[in-house]
Amino acid sequence: MGLITKPEAGGAEAGMPHIVSAEPAGGEGWVTTRLDFLVNWGRSNSLWPMPFGTACCAIEFMATAASKFDLARFGMERMSFSPRQADVLICAGRVPFKLAPVLRRIWEQMPQPKWAISMGACASSGGMFDNYAVVQGIDTIIPVDVYVPGCPPRPEGLIYGIMMLQKKIMTERMSNKSLRDEMDPDPISKLYIPASRIDEISEPFGNSVHQTRSAP
Amino acid sequence: MKFEIVKPGSGNPVEPSTPKNVPNRGGEANPSGAALKAQFGNAILRIDVVNGETTVLVETAKVLDIVRWLHDDATQSYEYLSDVTAVEHRDLSMPMEVVWHLRSIKYRRFVRIKTQLQKGAKLEVPSVWPVYKGADWLERECYDMFGITFAGHYDLRRILMWEQYKEGFPLRKDFPLRGRFSRSEQLRQALDANPEAKYSMEELKVADAFEELPLDMRARIASGEKTGE
Repeated sequence: MGLITKPEAGGAEAGMPHIVSAEPAGGEGWVTTRLDFLVNWGRSNSLWPMPFGTACCAIEFMATAASKFDLARFGMERMSFSPRQADVLICAGRVPFKLAPVLRRIWEQMPQPKWAISMGACASSGGMFDNYAVVQGIDTIIPVDVYVPGCPPRPEGLIYGIMMLQKKIMTERMSNKSLRDEMDPDPISKLYIPASRIDEISEPFGNSVHQTRSAP
Repeated sequence: MKFEIVKPGSGNPVEPSTPKNVPNRGGEANPSGAALKAQFGNAILRIDVVNGETTVLVETAKVLDIVRWLHDDATQSYEYLSDVTAVEHRDLSMPMEVVWHLRSIKYRRFVRIKTQLQKGAKLEVPSVWPVYKGADWLERECYDMFGITFAGHYDLRRILMWEQYKEGFPLRKDFPLRGRFSRSEQLRQALDANPEAKYSMEELKVADAFEELPLDMRARIASGEKTGE
């Protein structure tokens, strides 16, 4: 056919094992790869974040987006302040119960495919705010893909979390039909995980186990 | 009212100064204390001076009259209400206190008005909203956190917690730190709240922005629509 296939030279050495390229004598080449790989590669490198910043973590998030750490290197330069055009929800900061229905609605407004990053101790577990007003982890409201620890996390930490999410996206398979399923909250309670599980993961831990439930 | 910039050394009687060597207890009371005593007599229960700040303990029923006089009287001229809050002491036999912080910009004075509410009785004080419109949200916050009713407030409802909040008043001493309900029940009730209720149509009505709204939105409000997306 006059084509020269170069699987070793084109793909494997460059770290892209799924790409096979061919170079005809005339100079007009073609590339073949798995569709999964190509789609995931595109998605993971053009994540548009929906910043849900409620506290000091949002300051670190802004620092991450600014020129020194430059989130644009990861294809995330476009902050999407509308959930309709966003791919990844980054919840940066504590979420009080009053914001819980807002966060839930924003997540429901985001189109598939979508992912969520829980940034910082408060978003992931309630953090130091083990009190009447703060949700003990946003995973009780929406499904979370990556938890970034820290109080607040440094920009490097958030970038590491984003890179973990990119790796996770690269492992997705189109054959897995359940990946794009919307979560299905209970129609009456509106919870998407069982109430007993929420109570269990909201149990106090660390220093806050020594706090009494009632004051006097 | 026109304010003039008063600089130190100008000889103006209200020129700015930094208080020095202020005693922790006692000292010279704000002139408004004596004026209040002369004006209201027995309604003024006690006048304390703590760290140079005058605290006047007054009768609950007289609060609105006293605050109105402090605001209106030309010799007092307390134009600014900086805070309304409440105190519940850890000693449960002590009465609850409601506190108003008043500031006179004209005379550079500060006075703290306090009143005591006995435990067990109805926690109700007069609202100062008719005098200071800025008391609106301060009194709503005080009601939300302590459950104190401000009689005469035009729209007394919760401001920090959502309006259907059922667990009580969080800053009261008998309120458990983590709330009364289980976490799943708290989350269920929170998710049940409509995030748009009281934040769109009704707030706009309160703001009297009705005439400036587009026609379609006016029609939606007139039809009684509560939420919109």
